[in-house]
Amino acid sequence: MSDHTAVTQETPASRPEATLLPPVDVIEDSTGITLYVDLPGVSKDTLGLHVEADTLTIEGRLSLAVPEGMEASHAEVSLPGYRRVFTLSRELDADKVSAEFNQGLLTLRIPKAEHAQPRKIAINIA
Amino acid sequence: MYRSLFPRDVFAELDRLQRELQQAIEFSPSIRGIGRGGFPALNVGGTPQSVEIYAFAPGLDPAAVEVNLERGVLSIAGERQGALPAREEKTTVHINERFAGRFRRVVSLPDDIDPNTVTADYRDGVLHISVKRRESAQPRRISIQ
Repeated sequence: MSDHTAVTQETPASRPEATLLPPVDVIEDSTGITLYVDLPGVSKDTLGLHVEADTLTIEGRLSLAVPEGMEASHAEVSLPGYRRVFTLSRELDADKVSAEFNQGLLTLRIPKAEHAQPRKIAINIA
Repeated sequence: MYRSLFPRDVFAELDRLQRELQQAIEFSPSIRGIGRGGFPALNVGGTPQSVEIYAFAPGLDPAAVEVNLERGVLSIAGERQGALPAREEKTTVHINERFAGRFRRVVSLPDDIDPNTVTADYRDGVLHISVKRRESAQPRRISIQ
C-alpha cells in the first residue's frame, strides 16, 4: 500500500521541466551544416549533446556562482536550463558531428554523408 | 528595436507587452525606454554587502566589452560578430536567431554602493559584475550601554 502511494507521488516530478529555448544560427554549405547555439551560464560539464536516430538534442543546465543569501531583484533568465531538439535529415552524417564549446557559445559541425562518392564494389567469387 | 535573447519565450513576451502598455499609459516614462529585453539578458540581485549583476553574453572577447560605472549608473557595451557568412559564399542560412552587432545596456545601481570596489569576471559566457555596498550603509547591531 505504501509502495503504491510512493509511485503516485513520483509522477509529477518526472514531467519535463520548463526550459529556455536557446537562440541558434543554422548555416548550410556544400559539405555540411554549422550550428551555433548560445548557452550562456552553461559549463562544459553541464552541457549535454545527444544524437539518437535522426534527433539531435542540445541540453544545458545553468550553473552560476551566486553569493550566499542573494535576493534576485530583476531576472530575465529565470529558468534553470536550456533545451532544444532538431530533426536531422538523412544526408547528414550524425556519426561525425564535431562540437566546440567556448564561453557559452556552442559550435556544431554536421558533415554531409558521402553518398555521392564513387564506390568500388568488390565481387566475391565463390 | 530589440531582439530578445530567447526566441519564443512566452513569459518574456507577455512581460514585454505589459511593460509596453504600461509605458503608453504612464505620464512620465523612463527616458531610456523599456528597461527589459535586448542583448545581453540581465539578472540583478543583492545581498546586504553587495549588488550582483549577471549579463548573459556568450561568445564575446572580454577585451572588447566595456563596463563603465558613472554616477551610480552601470553600463555594459560592446559588439558581437555575427556568424553569418559573406554574401558571395555558396551557403544557405536556415535559422538566424542569435544577436549580432553593437549592444549597450544600462543599470542604475542603488545609492549605497561603493564605486571603488567593482569587480567583473567573464565565465561560461556570463559577465558577472559585483559592486560592494558602502561600509557605513551595512546593517549593524547597536549595542545598548
